[in-house]
Amino acid sequence: MDRRKSIKVLGLTAVGTGLLVESCQQGKPEKEAAHADELKKLPGVQDFEHERNNTLNNERYFDEHEMATITVLADIIIPKDEYSESASKAGVPGFIEFMVKDIPDYKLPMRGGLKWLDIQCLKRHRKVFVECDEKQQLAIVDEIAYPQQAKPEMQQGVAFFGLMRNLTASGFFTSEIGVKDIGYQGNRPGPWDGVPADVLKQYGFTEDT
Amino acid sequence: MRTIEIQEQQEVYDAIVVGSGAGGGMAGYVLAKAGLKVLMLEAGPFFDPAKDALQLRWPWESPRRGASTIRPFGDFDAAYGGWQLDGEPYSTVEGTDFQWFRARMLGGRTNHWGRISLRMGPDDFKPKDGVTDAWPITYDEVKPFYDKVDRMIGIYGTVEGLPNEPDGIFLKPPKPRLNELFIKQGAKKAGVTVIPGRGSVLTEALPGVEGRGTCFFCGQCGRSCKVYGDFSSSSCLVIPAIKTNNLKVIDNAMVREVLTNDEGIATGVSYVSTKDMQEYSVRGKMVILGASACESARLMLNSKSKAHPGGLGNSSGLVGRYLHDSTGSSMSGFLPQLLERKRYNEDGTGSVHIYSPWWLDNKKLDFPRGYHIEYGGGLHMPSYGFLDWVPAVNGMVAGKDGKKKEQGGYGVSLKNDYRRFYGANVGMAGRGTALARKDNYCEIDPKKVDKFGIPTLRFHYKWGSEEVAQAKHMQETFKEIMHQMGAIVTSPSYGPDTSYGLDAPGYIIHEGGTTRMGDDPKTSVLNKWNQSHDCKNLFVVDAGPFVQQGDKNLTWSILALSMRAAEHILEERSKLNV
Repeated sequence: MDRRKSIKVLGLTAVGTGLLVESCQQGKPEKEAAHADELKKLPGVQDFEHERNNTLNNERYFDEHEMATITVLADIIIPKDEYSESASKAGVPGFIEFMVKDIPDYKLPMRGGLKWLDIQCLKRHRKVFVECDEKQQLAIVDEIAYPQQAKPEMQQGVAFFGLMRNLTASGFFTSEIGVKDIGYQGNRPGPWDGVPADVLKQYGFTEDT
Repeated sequence: MRTIEIQEQQEVYDAIVVGSGAGGGMAGYVLAKAGLKVLMLEAGPFFDPAKDALQLRWPWESPRRGASTIRPFGDFDAAYGGWQLDGEPYSTVEGTDFQWFRARMLGGRTNHWGRISLRMGPDDFKPKDGVTDAWPITYDEVKPFYDKVDRMIGIYGTVEGLPNEPDGIFLKPPKPRLNELFIKQGAKKAGVTVIPGRGSVLTEALPGVEGRGTCFFCGQCGRSCKVYGDFSSSSCLVIPAIKTNNLKVIDNAMVREVLTNDEGIATGVSYVSTKDMQEYSVRGKMVILGASACESARLMLNSKSKAHPGGLGNSSGLVGRYLHDSTGSSMSGFLPQLLERKRYNEDGTGSVHIYSPWWLDNKKLDFPRGYHIEYGGGLHMPSYGFLDWVPAVNGMVAGKDGKKKEQGGYGVSLKNDYRRFYGANVGMAGRGTALARKDNYCEIDPKKVDKFGIPTLRFHYKWGSEEVAQAKHMQETFKEIMHQMGAIVTSPSYGPDTSYGLDAPGYIIHEGGTTRMGDDPKTSVLNKWNQSHDCKNLFVVDAGPFVQQGDKNLTWSILALSMRAAEHILEERSKLNV
């Protein structure tokens, strides 16, 4: 079978993939995502894996206040800009809700970190984080977003924010919106004939490097 | 009282093959093609990459975006299994370590492996340094089978004429990616050889081979290939063998014991169905084990009888001994010159585009043998955690405005950093020769059984100073290559406290040596035809028979040796009376 035939065989697969894209959760607002319709079982996924996915998807870990805080934080970490939407628009809060159940070691650092943040805000402004104004929110984030600058008494916040930042970036850049944003061009059949000529030139390589 | 009935099947097969990976798959294929009636037992489910591969799925099709929570290499990786299987434990003796990776599925671990296909060389079979025992066979005796495997399964690469790195019959290799051009440049300056990769991927049609598509460069060999464009035992050996009508597969069949008669001859195997938990036995004129080095050893040790009181084929007491994996140590970083690089599809093949074969003379070094280097990095498909490194390093280089930022951050500035750094990452990993030592072994744990009631393995494995010295050398080499290509290292600096980043034994998933071959029945388990010294109709065709693997990754040698053993069986059938 030559490459063209390979791609023809894959035509069927590609259609299947397209349908799944539509039915998948990503992109839905987090409230809907938490409502757990049955997840679609892909061929090749084992029964126990699928059952576990559904079980986790149907559990709730974070309460409404926690989810609201996660949503605000996620959008502070990855806001909307001229190129793409914000983290919450890409379904990041729902993804984080799933991940802490999937990796239970994240549960406590996330719940405790959210609480830590609220206590900091209560002490300063007599308000929880989500009720603070934007200026107040960013002021505290500034104190925990830069590990090398942060004061010793803010280190717990730094650790929490680091986890939150990684989960947000993972959730955003693996969503349909995020994959488009980062500019990934692959995952489609095609030829590979080496680095494009203009890129070779840009970096000073020649065709026969 | 509930009784357990063993359902005995009366049909006598010409051969029973246990396991469907590279070794079992090849033996089953050769024998079935020759007209023998073969029964293959696989502990996991049937798996056909054409239907079951998660190839071309997008990250958002996994609720964990491909995180490795369930499958150790992520949700889309093809391997069913991992270092821990529910209800199938193993143990280690205190002060030792071994991580045992098992894939339970048709085709075993060949569904997800890196397809890096290297031949062992003349010095690997007959070492000149005397550090480990010689194989009973030479490279020249195995070469015709490597050649046949190349022609039958397909491999890309280039003819280089390097010492102890034999060339094969190659398809054209994929061209290097951008990061790999920088690696080549840096390695050259560091005095490290870099050549095109050698991978079992059909970069072009393989003459005379039907039913397989050619590679369309999605870079996802680890997910297994729907058009059979790379080598999996399932797609390239077992499924074609089934089509001969001479090979039957029973899946979800966990073999309990090899059955023998009063004379100690194998008569078949007993197994438990993992689906209905019923007990079965099947009969065969010979039994061929390809269950993986440790699983085959476990099976032999668990098959005790009057004729084989220490376990089947274990009169030498060496079954389970000489267990060895490969060494592994790695380094990662990024190339500042690749920040804000142009986007294009560079998925390429899912195997290596370039690699460094061992390039040094050991006489000048403080450790025997060597390692090869595999390289990575680039514009890969997004998956869970793939940008975690960015906020940890974005303070290391100046921004567009020429000023250094504070490391970490958030907001539009951080969002731009993720975009800026994506694809600039680079990594390298050494895979080297770990010495086969009698004192590194697996044995039956005297107190434990798995959920099927089968006694489990207990491991006893320690690295020696040779492996640690090798890892140290890897780290020094990687650092130099990174430096020479202008990369910034982001992985931790590994020192003596971590044995220079040396991975735990078993972690590289190249374990072998547990049923080693040799001419002397006192110092080996099998003869040079993979045949038990003690039980003439028992063969082992996985990596157990390896006396000592080189730094060449096992699979291509497993395939060649299994083919050689199977052809020997065909030639000697009348003499062997099997």
